Parts: sequence; C-alpha cells; structure tokens
Amino acid sequence: MLASSKTIGEKSTTLLVWTAATFIAIPFCWLVGDLLWHGWHHLSLNFVLAVPQNAGREGGIGPILVSTGLIVGVCMAVALPIGVGAALFLSEYTPHDQVSGRLVRGSLDVLAGVPSIIFGLFGNAFFCQTLELGFSILSGGLTLACMVLPILIRTVEESFRAIARDQRLSAAALGLSKKCSIQYILLPAAIPGILVGSILGLGRAMAETAALIFTSGYVDRMPTSLLDSGRALSIHIYDLAMNVAGGNPNAYATALVLVGLLMMINLIASRIAEQWTTKNQLPT
Amino acid sequence: MDNKKSTPDIKPPHELLSGIQSWRPYQSTQPCCEPILHIHAKDLSIRYHQRMALQQVNLAINQGCITALVGPSGCGKTSFLMSINRLTDLIPGCQVSGQLELKGTNILAASANLLQLRRKVGMIFQKPAVFPFSIKRNLEIPLREHGWKDKTTLSSRIESALSQVGLWNEVKDRLDQPAQALSGGQQQRLCLARALVLSPEILLLDEPCSALDPLSSGIVEDLIMDLRGQLTIVIVTHNLAQARRMADHVAVFWSIKGKGQLLEYGPAQSIFDSPQHELTAAYISGARG
Repeated sequence: MLASSKTIGEKSTTLLVWTAATFIAIPFCWLVGDLLWHGWHHLSLNFVLAVPQNAGREGGIGPILVSTGLIVGVCMAVALPIGVGAALFLSEYTPHDQVSGRLVRGSLDVLAGVPSIIFGLFGNAFFCQTLELGFSILSGGLTLACMVLPILIRTVEESFRAIARDQRLSAAALGLSKKCSIQYILLPAAIPGILVGSILGLGRAMAETAALIFTSGYVDRMPTSLLDSGRALSIHIYDLAMNVAGGNPNAYATALVLVGLLMMINLIASRIAEQWTTKNQLPT
Repeated sequence: MDNKKSTPDIKPPHELLSGIQSWRPYQSTQPCCEPILHIHAKDLSIRYHQRMALQQVNLAINQGCITALVGPSGCGKTSFLMSINRLTDLIPGCQVSGQLELKGTNILAASANLLQLRRKVGMIFQKPAVFPFSIKRNLEIPLREHGWKDKTTLSSRIESALSQVGLWNEVKDRLDQPAQALSGGQQQRLCLARALVLSPEILLLDEPCSALDPLSSGIVEDLIMDLRGQLTIVIVTHNLAQARRMADHVAVFWSIKGKGQLLEYGPAQSIFDSPQHELTAAYISGARG
C-alpha cells in the first residue's frame, strides 16, 4: 500500500536523484575500469620495484615511487606543523571578526584557488634559484607544502572550531592553562579533522604534476639525497603518455599504482578517523 | 469535548506551590549554614559591548550555603555566575566592573591568579561536558595540571571524588572506558566529580539538571544537597520547585528595560512565602516570567 501512496512528484524526485548519482558513478567506474583493463596485466611486483629502462617504456617504477614518497614526505613534514600551528592561531588566538584573522583567512582562500602551475613557477624562482636548492626533491616538497597549506589550515581550523564551546569553558573552569587545554583537550579532539585535512593535502600533493615539473625535475634515477632531482609518479605518467612513443602500457600501469595508492590512503584515513571518533580515546 | 471536565484537578500555580510547602525537609529541619561571608559582590555590573547585561548588583553569599539565582531568561544570572570564576574573561566583548570579593580578596583585580581562582571555584554547566577521553583521564588531566603527579595520590583522589558522587561502584571496573559512553546523568555526575577532585571552596552550577531526565535530575540534586555545608554553592535554575527544595537563600534577578538587575535577595522561605517585590510575587506564583 505504501508504494501506491507515493505521488508522481515524489517518484520523479527519486528518479532524478538516482540519475544524478549514476552520472557521478559512471565516469569513476569507467576511469578505474579503463585503468584496470589496460594496466592490470603490466602490473607485477617486478614493475613496482624495478628501475625504468628505455625512457620508461620498459622496466618499472621503483625509483619513481621512492622519489614520490620523499617529495610527499618533505611536503607533509613541513606543512603539518605549520598548518596545525596556523589553524590554532586562527581559531584560538584571533576572534572571528578581528582584522588580522580575516586578513589571514582571506589570503588563504585566495591561495587555495591559485593554479598549481603558478606555485610551480614560484617554487622554481624561490626554492630552486633564490635559495639555490636547484631541481631537487627538497624544492619539490617545499613547493607542494606551500600549495597544500591553505586547504590543510582551513580544514584543521574548522575542526578546532567544531569543538563545543562547553568543552572549552569546562577546561577553563577547571583552571587548566591555555597550553594544557590545547595539548590535552583541543588537539586530541581535533585529531580526526587534522587527519582528514592531511589526507586532502596528501592526495593533492601526490596527484600534482604542474607544481613539480619546474621544481623536483624529471630525473628517473634512484635519489640518494633530498637534494637530488626526483621524478614523481604523476610526472612519470605525463611524460610516458605525452613524450615517449610506446610508453602508454607503462603509463597505464603507473596510473593504476597512483590511483590505487590514493584510494588506499583515503580508506586507511577514513578508518582511523572513524575509529577515533567512536572510541574517542587517547593512546596511553 | 470539554477539556475542563476531563482534567478537574488543575489548580492555579500559586495554589500548587503552597501545597509543596509541606515537603520541604531541608528548609525546615536543618539549620541554615554558618553566617560567614564568602562571596561579596559590590556594585557589580556586566556589559557585553554596549549592552548592559547586569547593573550594580550587591549581593553577599554566605559560606556553606546553597544560594539559588532565579529569574527569567536574559536577566544576567549566568553572567553573574560566570563572573565569580572569571569565565566572563573568555567571552568576547564582556566587561565586568565593580568589586567581587572572595573572602575579602577582590578577584576582579588585574593581579588575580585566574588558574588558582578557578581551581578554588568549580563550575558545572547545563550540558554535561565530559572530555572525549576515558573516565579516569577526565579526572587526571585537571589533577596533573594542578600539581598532583604521584600515582597513588592520583588514584586515591579519583576514587574519593567518584565515591562522593556515587559513581565509584558503577564505574570502578571500567575507568579506562570512554566517558562519553556513560549516560547523561552519569556524565553530569562525572563533571561534578571532576570539579570536586580539585577540592574547590565554591561550586557554581548553571542549570545542572535541566538537560537530564527526572530520575538523573533527582540524583544530581540529592548530591548537591549532600555538599551543603562543605562548599559554598551557587546554582542558577529555572525550576522554582528545585530552588524551593534546595536553596537556603534565593536571589531573584529581573530584566528591567533590557538591563538585568537583582530584584530581591533573602532566605528562601521568606522569598517564597512573603516576597517583598510585586514582580517576585508574580514570578513565584507563575503569573510572570
């Protein structure tokens, strides 16, 4: 009886919502399916570990994975402390309507919208040339840090702001110092938000191409230090697909690795955040 | 349908209240607390930006008493309460002027040590605000911050605070479990334990029972009554029956032309039985407010 009582309007709304959802799901499935179709049979443990040969047409992506890891590592190591610090400053030390806070927030919003190629050029001018770091993993990581900071800071700031006023007042009413309440109450409570912000930043950093071309460079050798040039996964894909004839099979396989990694990181992060919010406990 | 016919027992509020007088054990059987001055507000005014929230309040609260602050919403009761532990400092645009003395020391002075003040003046809020950690850690954080580091002292203080609020037997086997898994009433009792664990001299309560079910509310109310004589208790409540049951003294606040003022203050019995101000009379009879 319930079904027949539905009006036409209600049915068409349901249909519309389902259609929209399908349209979103189709490109995603297509993309992953295409990658799997073309890339899966090139994928092997050897491909993941081996050194690229013949400009990447043959061999694997071992050094490229290492370079990507190092670049992203440098990026997060720099961005996370600065990002959490800046978010704390914005949420705890500047009232919402104060000029300084508004200025910082406004500039962050502008920065978040700047195209990554601009960050690439800035990184090249500042880190590679002015600071004389050259085309290196360090330059690339630092450039990426500048790029992910805005998104990281705003996400973490929101998670600090989302902590209930009652919790802050209760902490203050117990005579806890600001340092203590940040350390024991605010930071632990904001962990899921910090994690989500980091993942968003990490995802953006790992998938970045334009900002890295001019900063970390093209070299596909195994890096021996942070001052070596290193090729990131996304640049490897770009290079194989655009510049190397016959590079497509390995480009597909590399793209599959990159998408797989991103999905894995997202999954792990959401699991951790979920567990944290349900358990709500500090590790002792 | 005649509604009046089906509910013939409804009486006007003042008649209901006069019926309650017979069950006021704490008022009639126990002597009132010692008349030692503990909290003394002199010409205390509180502003939020340009708006005057509370104007020139003079109020002397005795040690060991339960003093209830009653009145309609927006008349400055909570602002007054929060000025006693200077939580008003945390509210943007809030300015407190006049004098507020705790045992003769003006706590509004710039030199006042806020962390020490707040250790001595505990506060419980309307909604139980447990920290999102284990039950034990909720009590440990304030203790450690105020210098108790020794493990045996910590556990004995935690046990005695939890026993004081009747939680020890309920939670002693799960101290490491998250505090948020407790029921609302248990959480509020944990908040009470968290305030008591620092051995405060004053306890401020901002509608501590209003978010709880009647049963939990009754338990928390009894606990507060048990603390009478040990601590100076100031409670904001909208529940007049609760004020009547618990309080030794009652302060009636009222908003006149948008400014909160202290309308009347005195022993609970006389406020409820023979209010001096006509607004008080109208308020406690349920006709106003």
